[in-house]
Amino acid sequence: MQKSLLRDKIVRLILQSAASMSILIVILIFVFLGKEGFSFLLDPGISELFGTKWNPVSFDKELFGIIPLFTGSLLATVLATIFAVPVGVVAAVYIAEVASPAEREIFKPFIELLAGIPSVVVGFFGLIVVAPFVKNLFGLSSGLNALTGSLLLALMAIPTIVSISEDAIRSVPQAYKSASLSLGATKLQTIWKVTVPASLSGIVAAVMLGIGRVIGETMTVMMVTGNAAVITTSPFASVRTMTATIAAEMGEVPFGSHHYAALFCIGIVLLLMTFGLNMIAQRVMRKYRMG
Amino acid sequence: MTDDYLKKTKIQAKNVDFFYSDTQALFDVSMDIPEGRVTALIGPSGCGKSTFLRTLNRMNDVIDGTRLTGKITIDGQDIYAPEMNVFTLRKRVGMVFQKSNPFPKSVFENIAYGPRIHGNNDRTSLTEIVERSLQGAALWDEVKDRLDDNALGLSGGQQQRLCIARALAVNPDILLMDEPASALDPRSTARIEDLISELRGDYTIIIVTHNMQQAARVSDITAFFYEGHLIEFNKTKQIFTKPSKQQTEDYITGRFG
Repeated sequence: MQKSLLRDKIVRLILQSAASMSILIVILIFVFLGKEGFSFLLDPGISELFGTKWNPVSFDKELFGIIPLFTGSLLATVLATIFAVPVGVVAAVYIAEVASPAEREIFKPFIELLAGIPSVVVGFFGLIVVAPFVKNLFGLSSGLNALTGSLLLALMAIPTIVSISEDAIRSVPQAYKSASLSLGATKLQTIWKVTVPASLSGIVAAVMLGIGRVIGETMTVMMVTGNAAVITTSPFASVRTMTATIAAEMGEVPFGSHHYAALFCIGIVLLLMTFGLNMIAQRVMRKYRMG
Repeated sequence: MTDDYLKKTKIQAKNVDFFYSDTQALFDVSMDIPEGRVTALIGPSGCGKSTFLRTLNRMNDVIDGTRLTGKITIDGQDIYAPEMNVFTLRKRVGMVFQKSNPFPKSVFENIAYGPRIHGNNDRTSLTEIVERSLQGAALWDEVKDRLDDNALGLSGGQQQRLCIARALAVNPDILLMDEPASALDPRSTARIEDLISELRGDYTIIIVTHNMQQAARVSDITAFFYEGHLIEFNKTKQIFTKPSKQQTEDYITGRFG
């Protein structure tokens, strides 16, 4: 008896520490990002970050304005969301409500496969297929722009959106659908007016996770967006995202320099953005949760 | 069955066999359901009474592999004919389920849902329909100040009456009720039974119930099902006082089932 109690305690402790690990890691990431980025706030000062030019290596004056990087990320993310959400949600509805079991057996593994493609491979696909396509379609001088980047980002967000939305849609009680059908609604009316609204919390969560993936994505956007740090709202302009900036410049930056600290500050901004997104997602999920 | 008030047939089932894939659930069921009266379907679990109920609004259609032979007519119209529009049929034949299933929407939107999907988007007209339907289901006084509240916040009995109101909102002339009070407390059950009595006359009601007293209280006609067969179909009074079949008597006196 005593022995089994002890064993219980030990197992509990092991499980607890495993679970606490994730909290610890998040805190540590915050701490170390803050530690490295903090020096920037003292010298040259936080206001430098709000400049409109990112020109960290210069003989004249180094500029660390992250606004163009922020808008670059924002533009790519917004466009990718616009592409990915309708496609993802419609696909999820189709797979959950319309597709025959046999079709579902085909779709599901392919979508999971799509989720597992390394982003650098998606980048290759972008370089050799999507970028030339976008270039020819719109008659541009280069296909390396925000549009190409966001198309590929959408491609990567879609599997997340589809699989989580599909779970949510499938968990809507049959009773709601029966009620709708018994009133003379068609299957389509039932889907759009009952099933989808009833699973909205899950769909929103799926979309948020998809956007999270898009914001954090680095390799693909670095390969296909052209990487010009300019403030723009044009999808045909070349943009540079925060993630790509960190990835591209971290390797060459002198340790402890202003530039080095600035990159960490970008990391903090990214972290805060995903954090905010998660919080919004949770708020929305709670609000729409059905009793 | 000579009484005048049972004379006009609303629904006629003729030699109905029903199959779930390979399993036959109904065997040669024939009955004439009178207009404007309450018909109770009784029998032990799995006897086919719910299946029969669902053949009347073709809700069995949504299950893969189901098949029906024989003929069911409503007002003389074959509801399984190829030209029959199943959505129009279901609009005419309302249904209330065993477990109340309001949508996770407001009280108003629950009632307005039916009229909306049939093309009514006029706010004034919808408001009027909502009030009329809720009054029809004896719920108006309790919820008239809570029309914008989520329907899932209502009590179990209120939710079930809301479902009845929702069914009434599309102006059916037949109401199918699948054990509508089985999940409710006695007081809510009594309210539902009162409601059924009020609706009687305006609607042809077919109710599946496990509760013998309920069948005796609310119905004019009773059909006793056993293992997919319609054993006895007669005036409720007759069935409960002088059943003609031994099986019926055994069931209603509680000897099996």
